[in-house]
Amino acid sequence: MNLRRDVFQAIADPTRRAILTLVAADAMTAGQIAEHFDSARPTVSKHLQILAECELLTATPTGREIRYSLHVDKMQEIDSWLSPFRSLWQTRFQQLDDVLSTMKRRGK
Amino acid sequence: MSQNLMFDVTVDKAAQTVLITRQFAAELALVWEAFTTPDVLDQWWAPKPFQARSKVMEFRVGGRRFYAMVSPDGSERWAIQRYTEIVPMERIKFFNVFADADENPDATGSNWDLTFSEQDGITTVRILVHNESLARMEHLLEGFKLGFTAALDSLDDLLRRQSDR
Repeated sequence: MNLRRDVFQAIADPTRRAILTLVAADAMTAGQIAEHFDSARPTVSKHLQILAECELLTATPTGREIRYSLHVDKMQEIDSWLSPFRSLWQTRFQQLDDVLSTMKRRGK
Repeated sequence: MSQNLMFDVTVDKAAQTVLITRQFAAELALVWEAFTTPDVLDQWWAPKPFQARSKVMEFRVGGRRFYAMVSPDGSERWAIQRYTEIVPMERIKFFNVFADADENPDATGSNWDLTFSEQDGITTVRILVHNESLARMEHLLEGFKLGFTAALDSLDDLLRRQSDR
């Protein structure tokens, strides 16, 4: 369980999560990624740098551009960390949905 | 009941916080009741096959809920929630700490901040949990993994099968 702390900060940002989703489909250059966002190119570059620093993205120089691809193992590490929380609350809330439905019927 | 209701879990390990956001297709008064009435709370707080059992619940600032999560084999895991702030229909803050059956608390716990809001008959609940120590958060997760994952996986399958029908 030795995750670097900043991984979780990296994915706390919605733009960075969007970048990960984008790159999950196919490796892209920084320019191609930037086309999908309204933010200025330097802002997107900064996001990419953060994602690469915490190893969520793998940066491969190709010609004059850098291609970014998803580092799947790292993503799975995060997922395994997050899923128990998610599952617990998901189950809890599904049960609460049922309880609320019953309360509604009782109130009618 | 399958409207597009929001469910989001975000972990910020550096800040030692977990933020859970969820919407419910029910009016605020009902959701508030489900969070603050012991016999209702005990119906949903523990993920099946676990069962929550509140031994004490004094829902007021300075009061406490002393409850157990009971596993199918009957073993109990006790915890105390001490209420530090209550704004009716709006906010609940408490300090949560695990304890033994005699209500002797652990050294470290977590601070919970729950906020409630309603719009167009949909109630949004936002739960921010801040752990006092990263070690505790890790420990908590390991506990979840060992205790819950297997049970939850089978439940997930069951629920999926039911919703596919």
